[in-house]
Amino acid sequence: MTNKEWPLWEVFIRAKQGLNHKHVGSLHAADYQMAIENARDVYTRRLEGVSIWVVESKYIHANEPSEQDALFDPASDKIYRHPTFYVLPEELNHM
Amino acid sequence: MEINLEEQFQKRIDEEVKIEPRDWMPEKYRKTLLRQISQHAHSEIVGMLPEGNWITRAPNLRRKVALLAKVQDEAGHGLYLYSAAETLGMSRDEMLEELHTGKAKYSSIFNYPTLTWADMGAIGWLVDGAAIMNQVPLCRTSYGPYARAMVRVCKEESFHQRQGYEIMLTLCKGSEEQKAMAQDALNRWWWPSIMMFGPNDDNSPNSAQSMKWKIKRFSNDELRQKFVDVTVAQAEILGLTIPDKDLKWNEARGHYDFGAINWDEFNNVVAGNGPCNKQRLKARVDAWEKGAWVREAATAYAEKRAKREKNKIEAA
Amino acid sequence: MNQKEILFDYILHLADNSMIIGQRNAEWCGHGPVLEQDIALTNISLDLIGEARSLYQYAAEIKGGGATEDSLPFLRDVLQYRNLLLVEQPNTDWAYTIVRQFFFDVYHYYLNKMLIEHSNDTRLKEIASKTIKEATYHLKWSSEWMIRLGDGTDISKSKMQTAVEELWDFTGELFLESATEQAAAQAGFGISPSSIESYWREKVAEILEEATLTIPEKGFAQKGGKTGIHSEHLGYILAEMQFMQRAYPNLEW
Repeated sequence: MTNKEWPLWEVFIRAKQGLNHKHVGSLHAADYQMAIENARDVYTRRLEGVSIWVVESKYIHANEPSEQDALFDPASDKIYRHPTFYVLPEELNHM
Repeated sequence: MEINLEEQFQKRIDEEVKIEPRDWMPEKYRKTLLRQISQHAHSEIVGMLPEGNWITRAPNLRRKVALLAKVQDEAGHGLYLYSAAETLGMSRDEMLEELHTGKAKYSSIFNYPTLTWADMGAIGWLVDGAAIMNQVPLCRTSYGPYARAMVRVCKEESFHQRQGYEIMLTLCKGSEEQKAMAQDALNRWWWPSIMMFGPNDDNSPNSAQSMKWKIKRFSNDELRQKFVDVTVAQAEILGLTIPDKDLKWNEARGHYDFGAINWDEFNNVVAGNGPCNKQRLKARVDAWEKGAWVREAATAYAEKRAKREKNKIEAA
Repeated sequence: MNQKEILFDYILHLADNSMIIGQRNAEWCGHGPVLEQDIALTNISLDLIGEARSLYQYAAEIKGGGATEDSLPFLRDVLQYRNLLLVEQPNTDWAYTIVRQFFFDVYHYYLNKMLIEHSNDTRLKEIASKTIKEATYHLKWSSEWMIRLGDGTDISKSKMQTAVEELWDFTGELFLESATEQAAAQAGFGISPSSIESYWREKVAEILEEATLTIPEKGFAQKGGKTGIHSEHLGYILAEMQFMQRAYPNLEW
């Protein structure tokens, strides 16, 4: 094959104003303009979005899955970060 | 060390923790998935052809846009699935290469011809119906990207089967000629649809491992039975006769019994001798080859433009 | 023709354009150069057929006597079709399809813009207001492809230049005013196509230049589509499109 494959892009869609862009999938496109248009055609055919981000997949960096314990477990015993940790009198309805 | 990893892996599967692309996985799990997902993607893409055959001839504009949108969805589903498979380390071009050289398989149902408009009804009703049986449990498959792709596919598929059934219903409420057309389509598509679930369980060598890894959640025969059970009533509403003289309700089993499947025919079609195998593959290869200059030009232009933009920034 | 007949004929012209190019684009479904673009072109096809449906529904109401959105496209023969010759030209390859689409998109965009601004027919304005959003996107899409392929590789450039030259013969007809168009413009619901010619030429020149393609000399203009004298291609398009309605008349599908 002499033909170079179009790069892969990750697609993020904002479903409606006020929400985050959320990863929905990927696609191939020659450039970012085409990637945005393809994302529109592929991922918003049923009114799924109002805004599109595309990022070429190779620019996404991620942590190693093997580091999962070291990265995320230490947060599990910090219960004082959650409101339920604090005991308040019942008559205080909402705080 | 290796054994330990495999045990840990199986433990995660048993605990219903999804496997994600960069997680450790047994090589055979990766290969099995890659084969299954790419085969599934190829089926969507080749599956565009038999129905695409009727887009320009749809009998009215409402049917035309529905069919066009449906075939387009199939392209979308192929795309979601190729994307999922790519997370396992094979590029889409490599997968297509396997399809085009005949190394990869796709669902053999698409090697049958669409001869009348009623075939659009029968495909939507039966072929999509069978596909949905297969696909709904795949929304919970153990590999994250595959499961997510299937959630999207299933959400979109829901109109496909209804679209097909509505075509059948209109035909069955129509003239004698239309009803005969519907019956003929059912006659031709029934057995190939039954075969879509694959070989019987005792003849399906990879099934047990796939079930253990929770790639599959139900066996071929379980899904096939489920399909027959729900479809019989649907045929009754249409007033059509399912072409199986052995089909009857079995009170003791609580299921319909049905006749023996002609596996010789199935194997023959899988081996490449179905009525349309060559035609379908050729259509895909032609589209790919005729599109080569387009893909190449888009790449060349993207590179030129990136260079120009870089020069502009440097000059500024 | 009385006013009602002129309006009917004018709407048919608009509807037939979108119907036929929509049908042509639909032929690509399943055969596109890459999956993403197969989906893109099908979207455009769906937009255009959708627009045609709205227009046929309006035309059918004007005509009355049991006419429907289906009887108009499926039961008229070549001589009654009012579309431009441009839109019935064969797909040939991706270059032809893109150039045909681009020439049409520029025309379609300005025509609908003018209808929104100037038509005194509420319904036509409403349809045009919906169409303009779609047409804006189509024009963006086809313009980008013109540039991408014109300024791509030597092969793509040469294929595009050939397509531009061969399809150029059918662009003169866009601006040749038919009797219906003239009457429609006079009555205030239609647009004189000559009023969009300069916009069309300017936009086409701008994009062709960016695409590094050469604008053909103003050659001979093939014409006739607007009055029912078509190329031989339309007969085959209709034979295929109307097959079911002709082979099995008067049935529900």
